[in-house]
Amino acid sequence: MPENSNPRATRSVSIRLDSVTFDYDEMAMNFDLFIEPSTINAIIGPSGSGKSTLLNLIAGFETAKAGRILIDDVDVTDVAPAARPVSMVFQDNNLFAHLDVAANVGLGRRPDLRLTHADRAAVTEAIRKVGLAGKEMRKPQALSGGERQRVAIGRALVRNRPVLLLDEAFASLGPALRHEMLDLVGDVQRETGMTVMMVTHHPDDALRLPSMLFFLESGRIVASGPAVELLADDGPHLLRKYLGAKDSDL
Amino acid sequence: MSVRSLKPLAGVLALAFLGALAGGALLSLAAEALRGSTEGFAAFDTYLWRLARFTLLQAVLSMVLSVVFAIPLARALHAHPDFPGRAMILRLFALPLALPALVAVLGVTSIYGRNGLLAAAFAATGIDTIPNIYGLTGILIAHVFFNLPLATRLILSGLDSIPEDYWKLSSQLGMGAWSRFRLIEWPMILRNLPGIAGLIFMLCTTSFTIVLTLGGGPRATTLEVAIYQSLHFDFDVARAVSLTLVQLCLTIAVLLGLSLTGRPTEEGFSLRTTTRRFARHSTLARFFDGALILLGLLFVSLPMAGTLVSGLAADLPRLLGERPVWQAISTSLVLGAGAALLSLLISLALVMAREFLATDRRYAPSGLYERSLDLGASLIMVVPPIVIGAGWFILSRHFVDPFRLAPIMVVSVNAAMAVPFVYRILRPSWDTAASRHNRLCTQLGIAGFNRFRLIDWPALKRPLGVAFAFAMALSLGDLGTIALFGNNSIQTLPFLLLQRMASYRTQDAAGLALILGLLCLLLMIIADRGATRLAGNEKGHDA
Repeated sequence: MPENSNPRATRSVSIRLDSVTFDYDEMAMNFDLFIEPSTINAIIGPSGSGKSTLLNLIAGFETAKAGRILIDDVDVTDVAPAARPVSMVFQDNNLFAHLDVAANVGLGRRPDLRLTHADRAAVTEAIRKVGLAGKEMRKPQALSGGERQRVAIGRALVRNRPVLLLDEAFASLGPALRHEMLDLVGDVQRETGMTVMMVTHHPDDALRLPSMLFFLESGRIVASGPAVELLADDGPHLLRKYLGAKDSDL
Repeated sequence: MSVRSLKPLAGVLALAFLGALAGGALLSLAAEALRGSTEGFAAFDTYLWRLARFTLLQAVLSMVLSVVFAIPLARALHAHPDFPGRAMILRLFALPLALPALVAVLGVTSIYGRNGLLAAAFAATGIDTIPNIYGLTGILIAHVFFNLPLATRLILSGLDSIPEDYWKLSSQLGMGAWSRFRLIEWPMILRNLPGIAGLIFMLCTTSFTIVLTLGGGPRATTLEVAIYQSLHFDFDVARAVSLTLVQLCLTIAVLLGLSLTGRPTEEGFSLRTTTRRFARHSTLARFFDGALILLGLLFVSLPMAGTLVSGLAADLPRLLGERPVWQAISTSLVLGAGAALLSLLISLALVMAREFLATDRRYAPSGLYERSLDLGASLIMVVPPIVIGAGWFILSRHFVDPFRLAPIMVVSVNAAMAVPFVYRILRPSWDTAASRHNRLCTQLGIAGFNRFRLIDWPALKRPLGVAFAFAMALSLGDLGTIALFGNNSIQTLPFLLLQRMASYRTQDAAGLALILGLLCLLLMIIADRGATRLAGNEKGHDA
């Protein structure tokens, strides 16, 4: 295992999917997309449309049947998940239940938890940045849902990979908490210049941050563009139907 | 809601039966003790001490061996969800639970015994050793044969409950095999380990048949077997009383310890192989894990194959033509069915009464009666069957010939033995059905027998069937009670098997073991099928 070959950098990277195909049960998915460096990108679409699969392909949890995935113009199609310049936050189970906050964040530095002095300092700093200073020794069960996701983002900070993938990371949080978390993501993104992709059920998530929007249906990207344009009242018909806009409701 | 109901009364009757069964035995022992039969204590001081020590020693060793081998085996099975035949291996690992101990003993002997496969292999390769299975070695092999698969399944079900996200994370973070074990697998194993180890320890301290048949003389005997021997061969009541009291103290101590560890959850066990691990295994790890799985498979399957092969080698047509054999089979089936039925009645009464009280009190804390219903279901765990048997044996000899009580005692004790399991099978189904239907039934005025026929019975049919098959299999394979009370006029299949073994009619014993094993297997397959469908139904409702 290349535990230390971290492609670590605070650089901005683009993501390109070049005719990537993937068979999910009966559905044949086909993705073509380009994501600019240092942007925030929201992925929306009906359930089962392939949003999570798209992120899993980029993270390396799924292997494409054909096509190429390039991050920063480097072909990563056959690269192991750990060797990709990617961090991912899931909806839940982001934290190991028996490890405290500091250890869970520390895993982002050293997957065997043998932390050096510098590592520990980085962990403490990341925990402070996500607003959990003083809670280093807490176990996940003593944290609220929002705090747990903050820990996961803290880990992404110490990993320092240029791509951050959020797979419905805030779906189980209430509206106020969700907005707080989005603001945190915005801060982190501005500071690090990460390229962010987030799967969400809430189109207004995309409006809260200056995002590009990708609308998926049946394993294909059917609309994309700046969120403010796509989500406007005169946006594409398809999208309005999904969102249940006033004129297509009845 | 508090319409006059017979349910609390049924619960009282069920409790009274269990209480009388256990209490009667204990009272009889106490009376004997007061009459001065405890001279046994003084006279057998060192003997008692040695027995207790051996009982604990073999239980600890069996537990340690089972768990130590189960951990890497479960880990290997978990790491390779695509291992060829994995589902079949797991099914096979469930079989020893269904096997009567006596059948397993014959199977183990056919492999490791003086004339077994191992001895033949030694002879063929010119190794001048004749394996001796009698004594601690044999007891340990047989206990590990039973408990290694059990521990493996329990540990595996713990590993299977690790969220898939953890594996995704570990592969993203780039954890190596050792980090994965230390940070993900081991904490999960450790959480269930005390419960699993405690359960196996408990099963081995109260193991009777294996020690009776494989124990080698007074040096390798446990308390349970000593109680049986003192009543059956020497008719030394004083010694039996002191032994029983020591056994009782030991059981209570173990149970107290066990209650601190928590119970392992087997409910979640399934054959699913959906957990995906996102790590790539090295060739060496692959080879090592494969070899480990193969070894475990051999260890578990060889004795079973041995039972089959030596059973088929026996003169089955002649055996099946013998009158005593048919009598034993029919006696076993009748007593087993009776025990299963009685066990179902008692458990159902406890379950219904408990739910009735729980619903009736609404949010008030549970009363003494309600809690004693739950407790009553586990009574047999505190007072082992052999203690009940010994108590009633000693008591009844003042009034009747104890051997004439055999059918009643076998049915009662076997029924009581099955109650904890049956109760656990029935209670969830009944409670779920009740919570779904209670309000609707009250509103529509469906009550009494009508309600049972129309509403409760359909929901209860399948769990009752599962419980019946399980209880009957348990009773069919039991040797403890019939060994005490059995005689020439009443013989069950295990009893006949033991007699043939004792008179060195090995071929007959192997044939009978095959018949008994197949009967129990058939019942367990029925129970397993039903249970799987039951689990499927529950899921269907949840969705």
